[in-house]
Amino acid sequence: MKFSGVDRVFKTVCGLCALLVIILSVMLFIQLLWGSRTAWAQFGIGFIFGTEWNPVENRYGALPAIAGTLLTTVIALALAVPGAFAVAMYLVDAPKAIGNVLSHALDLLAAIPSVIYGMWGLFVIVPLMQLHVQPFLVDTLKLGKIPFFGAEYNGFGFLTAGVILGLMVLPFISALMRNVFMMTPGVLRESAYGLGCTRWEVTWDIVMRYGIRGMLGAIFVGLGRALGETMAVLFVIGNVIVMPESLNAGGTTIAATLANNFGEADGTLRSVLFALGLILLIMSLVIQVLAQYYLSATGANRGEK
Amino acid sequence: MKQIAKIAAAAMMTATSLWGAEISLNGAGATFPAPVYRVWTYNFTQENPQIEVTYQGSGSGAGINQIKEKTIDFGGTDNPLTKEELDKANLAQFPMLTGGVVIVVNVPGVEANQLKLDQDTVGDIFLGNIANWSDPKIAAVNPGVKLPNLKITVVRRGDSSGTTFIFTNYLAKISKEWADKVGCGPAVNWPSKGNIAGQKNPGVCSNVVRIPGAIGYTEYTYAVESKLATVVLKNHDGKFVEPGMDTFKASSANADWQNAPGFYMVLTDQPGEKSWPITGLTYVLVQRSQANPAKAAALKKYFDWCYTTGAPAAVKLQYVPIPENVVKLVDAEWKKLVK
Repeated sequence: MKFSGVDRVFKTVCGLCALLVIILSVMLFIQLLWGSRTAWAQFGIGFIFGTEWNPVENRYGALPAIAGTLLTTVIALALAVPGAFAVAMYLVDAPKAIGNVLSHALDLLAAIPSVIYGMWGLFVIVPLMQLHVQPFLVDTLKLGKIPFFGAEYNGFGFLTAGVILGLMVLPFISALMRNVFMMTPGVLRESAYGLGCTRWEVTWDIVMRYGIRGMLGAIFVGLGRALGETMAVLFVIGNVIVMPESLNAGGTTIAATLANNFGEADGTLRSVLFALGLILLIMSLVIQVLAQYYLSATGANRGEK
Repeated sequence: MKQIAKIAAAAMMTATSLWGAEISLNGAGATFPAPVYRVWTYNFTQENPQIEVTYQGSGSGAGINQIKEKTIDFGGTDNPLTKEELDKANLAQFPMLTGGVVIVVNVPGVEANQLKLDQDTVGDIFLGNIANWSDPKIAAVNPGVKLPNLKITVVRRGDSSGTTFIFTNYLAKISKEWADKVGCGPAVNWPSKGNIAGQKNPGVCSNVVRIPGAIGYTEYTYAVESKLATVVLKNHDGKFVEPGMDTFKASSANADWQNAPGFYMVLTDQPGEKSWPITGLTYVLVQRSQANPAKAAALKKYFDWCYTTGAPAAVKLQYVPIPENVVKLVDAEWKKLVK
């Protein structure tokens, strides 16, 4: 009797906590919607496609921030995915001792707070880009002649932000991919070897085919993280609210715009920031759902090995 | 039970008197005067342990919002509210300090106060009409100074800021094109191509240090701390002046405080041979109706202390304290408004 009482209390407490998660997310959504009502009323759906950002005249558009968010994310993934894939592939077949050390290092990298990546980016990557990488790309390889690439540079901008984001999400994607690849049943691999497949053939045709959905899930997790990343981007993106003109130019992302302006915002601007927050939330939500779908399809999110 | 309650109450009282001040005053807002406020709040609490004052440099806009919402006891702003706004929000506004905003550059070979800029060149640089340091218009104002063929990168504040308000207010006064195209405010739509933003004053300074060819604006103390090259400006009277205490002080000398309702005053582009053209005032905001008389008295005590005992600390940090006659006006206004 006594135990069942305790059980019931425990069950109720746990149930309430679980319920709280749902209530919180719904409230958050409602709050963002409510906070942004002035912006939607004033600019309508055109807010999403507006490119002007003029605090003096109180006219705002979300497109520069949305475009900047997507651009940095694409650069980050383009840089991170091949690297993450290679690392994960290596870890699956690495000798146990090396694999262990590397796995821990990978987890450690994933745990570094993003503000540290931001500081490191500002003090190390920005000068590196400004003095070596961008001069090499623009002046030596003459890539500046390609339209969107941009001939003018100062170390800040989309490319730098993308590089830092890429370095940040690489460990995440890699750790998840490793889990996915490790789920390939040993029987499958061994029978492939038994048929006389080379290592490359086993990797490419068996392990990767088997884990393709999980890989996509891992990429989406990285994508979700890159989309909402604030501090690491804030330091190096340049924080200029204009449409991206070139990879080397300064710009902004939704998260960076929010972080920059919230402290001082009131009236229309505050509402506009809420609207931007809502857009970011919806973007991340869609990515999350896709990621969960692809990961759960392979069971990789359960960390099965 | 009663006994225990009594002991607990006694223990609580000793605990508060031992560990905490009896009255705590929380302020937040403008970052422009934050270096001084940091010293003031610390020193004042040292001298008056029963009153603890804190100040958070969160930005002028945040200071205004928070004092309106009564979540702080005083707000700091560089962007003064008008008499109407003050009446509407039931706030009182007092000037605390005068300080200078300076233009800093990172041009190889150019030392501090070597580069001169007049109204047209400043306006054109920040508008983006002049995009290279070798532009003949800059050279015309700077005979004898060797300027490199280097792209100009405008560095400005990314967060909205009272410093930006003071600076754009100046730009709008000296350049008609700026006034028409951009305007003035704590955040504006910066027109020059390829401009870069920095976080708060230190962020602007560090970006200017980092980018060769950069030009930015910052509160004077931060420029001194970062050892950045400041620029000599042509003032309202057509004289070139160097930034510094003397020129900051000169620009507030002619201010007519008697006829400034709510102490509303913007000190940019002031007349006077020695006046620094980008001088700004920073203000505190308090609620007119104070719910807690002890707190109101503590606030008054703190501000009186700032105007008198605190003045030398402000001077040390390159800010100009409010002159004595204005302090008297503040005192009268406080007695009239804050109840």
